[in-house]
Amino acid sequence: MRRLLPVTLCCSFLLAGCATPENQGDPLEGLNRQVYRFNSAVDKAALKPLAQGYAAVVPRPARTGVHNFFNNIGDIFVSLNNLLQGHPDQTASDLGRIVINSTVGVVGLVDVASKVGLEKHDADFGQTLGKWGLGSGPYLVLPFFGSTTLRDSSDIVANIALYQHISPEASTRDKINPVRVLDARAQLLGVDSLLESSGPDEYAFVRSTYLQGRQNKIIGQVEPAPLEDDPGPTPEAPASEVTP
Amino acid sequence: MLNTQYMTRLLAGAACLVSVAAYAHPAEDLVKTTTQDVLTILKRDNKPGNEKLVRDQVTAKLLPYFDFTRMTALVVGKNWRSATPAQQASLTKEFKTLMIQTYSNVLTSTKVDNITVKPVQDPDTSTDVMVKTVVNRSGAAAIPVDYHMASNGSTWKVYDVIAEGRSIVTAQRSSYSQVVTQSGIDGLIKELASKNQQPQAKP
Repeated sequence: MRRLLPVTLCCSFLLAGCATPENQGDPLEGLNRQVYRFNSAVDKAALKPLAQGYAAVVPRPARTGVHNFFNNIGDIFVSLNNLLQGHPDQTASDLGRIVINSTVGVVGLVDVASKVGLEKHDADFGQTLGKWGLGSGPYLVLPFFGSTTLRDSSDIVANIALYQHISPEASTRDKINPVRVLDARAQLLGVDSLLESSGPDEYAFVRSTYLQGRQNKIIGQVEPAPLEDDPGPTPEAPASEVTP
Repeated sequence: MLNTQYMTRLLAGAACLVSVAAYAHPAEDLVKTTTQDVLTILKRDNKPGNEKLVRDQVTAKLLPYFDFTRMTALVVGKNWRSATPAQQASLTKEFKTLMIQTYSNVLTSTKVDNITVKPVQDPDTSTDVMVKTVVNRSGAAAIPVDYHMASNGSTWKVYDVIAEGRSIVTAQRSSYSQVVTQSGIDGLIKELASKNQQPQAKP
């Protein structure tokens, strides 16, 4: 990771210039759309059914335990990034979470820390770089990993490095990673039906929600600029209300 | 004597507290009662095989408080003004169907524990406010959902929903823009109508 991060950084600087408002920060749209189609097909054929099966077969407390286990490992980077973002108080709380959950919480299976008031935070490398002023770079859709930007892909790299560090034997990782993917996908069950409201262009809808969500995490809630085409509130009993 | 005086003060104090607690922005009150009603319906009737009943009840509850015409106008963007009133009406109708289908699908397939409505920060005189809520789910992360609402003089209505900082209107706008550019308003109406007629995917 020590070697990869500077590379990612340099690439981000180089490519940040490609993202313009005209192409919605998506200069690689043609390629991205193809990967998006591939990912959707994989999800529909394998990932979603597997996640549904997992949710149906494994009882909720066990699934919560699995989710907590991965969250606990994730807290390592949360604490580091909170430090890098200048929130030492949150870092302390995150470290407290790791210590409590790894011991009292039985290797992270029970989130005891949340119950004693140490709440889970959300911080990652993409956010840190963003808060340091680095632009997102182009929007990317990676095979299997899905929506990201060049800057935010630093998290994917960092997480691969982290799991390699935690379990150096590939055989152990091969057992852990599928469960990790299942857990991540199962978390989205239900919420993913929002995609049915994506309107005519699902790809553009997903891109917009991803980029909005990241922006919200990095510079805080952005009040959308008042739109010039806004007709304002509809007066009572307009024509459209006659019949649904 | 001392005791009655003390009691009077205590009562006066309590009355003050109650009036402070009871005061809330009208939009906030509306969101509070409506989300409570929806949750009650979900908790009472949301069982497998019961989806249609739940959907109808939830829709009836929510429909009066959404400004679909304004939402559609915001989604379509600059081409809205060039559309005829008939086109605007059919666009609104298709958009409304799409939103209702999605929203009720999300509601019936998600286990919601409760919804916290936060106090509105805007001044009381404001006719355009953001009502922030947090949807607490059992066994999954809570989702902040904000409702952008405006008053048309008599009713408060939602014209944008922002989930975890993602505005549905902004996302839809980006989804519609290419179709409008390529095939115009009529092309968009056709596209939406055909999408709405597709059999609904089982959640």
